[in-house]
Amino acid sequence: MKEGNRALSLYTLLVFIFLLGPLVIISITSFEPGTVLKFPPEGFSLKWYRNIFEVSAFMDTFKTSIIISLLGNLLALLLGVPAAYALSRYRFCGRDTLNAIFLSPVLIPGIVLGFTLLRYLIVVYGLPIYAGLLIGHTVIMLPFIIRVIASSLENFDFAVEEAAQSLGASRIYTFFKIVLPNIRSGILAAILIAFLESFNNVDISVFMTGPGISTLPIQMLTYVQNYFDPTIAAISVILMVLTAALMFVIERLMGFAYFTKR
Amino acid sequence: MNKKALYLLLPGLLFLAAFMLVPITLTIASTFVQDGKLTLEGYLHFFRDGYFNRILLTTLRVSVVTTLVCMLLGYPAAYYISRASARKKSILLALSIFPLLTSPVVRSFSWMIILGKKGLINSFLVNIGLIEKPLDILYTPTAMMIGLIHLFLPLIIITLLGVMENLDHELVRAARSLGASPFAAFRKITFPLTVPGLIIGGILVFVGSLTAYTTPALLGGKERVVSTFLYQNAMTLNDWQAASVIAVIMIVITFVVVGLMNAWANRLNPKG
Repeated sequence: MKEGNRALSLYTLLVFIFLLGPLVIISITSFEPGTVLKFPPEGFSLKWYRNIFEVSAFMDTFKTSIIISLLGNLLALLLGVPAAYALSRYRFCGRDTLNAIFLSPVLIPGIVLGFTLLRYLIVVYGLPIYAGLLIGHTVIMLPFIIRVIASSLENFDFAVEEAAQSLGASRIYTFFKIVLPNIRSGILAAILIAFLESFNNVDISVFMTGPGISTLPIQMLTYVQNYFDPTIAAISVILMVLTAALMFVIERLMGFAYFTKR
Repeated sequence: MNKKALYLLLPGLLFLAAFMLVPITLTIASTFVQDGKLTLEGYLHFFRDGYFNRILLTTLRVSVVTTLVCMLLGYPAAYYISRASARKKSILLALSIFPLLTSPVVRSFSWMIILGKKGLINSFLVNIGLIEKPLDILYTPTAMMIGLIHLFLPLIIITLLGVMENLDHELVRAARSLGASPFAAFRKITFPLTVPGLIIGGILVFVGSLTAYTTPALLGGKERVVSTFLYQNAMTLNDWQAASVIAVIMIVITFVVVGLMNAWANRLNPKG
């Protein structure tokens, strides 16, 4: 038994080295002073971090990414919170089907969704690219918003809401005064998870670029295909720090239970 | 149906109908029409084309290998995490979730540094004198597989962990008290009860690899898979008809795989 345990823990250690090693390596190479990515780096320099701020495309696309993720999040909340509430609160026939429909954007391959949106939203409906980008991101955020909020509504006792209403509070009033405050941490977690999902998205964004419009991941892809200097490594480090910070907040808000549920 | 529920669901449903259902339905419909006539020519043309068949085959091969390796690496690791002390468990869980939330661009890029001609592996092998010329690893299907395994390993670990956490350990203890060796208890109880989780995790990895774009685009070079081929047809060649056909093929494969494997997982575990 002891032998088996030791072998298993060694195996797990190797798995985690495989998982995290590349991220450590990319972080170390970001400090390379030369113009070519190397491991180990030949010295220590922050010049590639400075370069991020000097190449205006990175700053511009970073801004676009943030704005699209936030606006899309807001839209997805406006559409998703009522839907999640209805799906958790009421029992009606076809509920499972509707639930499946709301989660379906994650089932459609992202690249397929991106292409069909380009073909119809932009070309047939004639929407501007920026609007297409926003709508596409809203579509992919919606399932995350609904799933996370519905799972926090599962822990909410709707009897409390009924009690408030029986005491004369209106529907809207009870929703804002009773329901929302009770699932506040779930909503915040949903916002952060959807934000990361949108911010990192490539599959939709890669079709929704035009003159002056692109997102940070797409800009990074383009840059990597043309240059192989440590700038992308430096951006990667900044993104990982951001990810770690958001992950910490998500853990505080609702633990990691959401991730292990399928 | 409840009227109140309907009003709350309607905005979201209309949004998805307009911006997902309609575009996808129209795309599917468009593949069956050519010059105003109903035809299967779009599909026949593709499957007669050796180039496309090769891409499809590469994609399936890469996805199958990725799924199997992820299962092989992920299962023991998830088992170990599920049996670890609470503190260790939460650390390892966090370390699995972190890569999952990290941008696929960042994660694929990290493998470019490792697998490239002047990358970590090649310079190491040349330095110790094992090889004279650097190996071509980057921009091959192997590089794609490595990148995809790295991309989806956390997903399968976390999925399996969810299943293992729900496992009734009383069953294992009962088997042990009746004289089963630890290995026998694992083989007769733990493993069969977690197989449906392994299949569900496998579906996620397989479908994910089949449709991933970023990793093959960065690590595959000129080597194409269906998703990068779809992009190339749509954006570089401007052949939207071809891109639509590929899109439909991808949707069909995805739904068939998910349907079959879900049915399999359900049969093994009727309680779901």
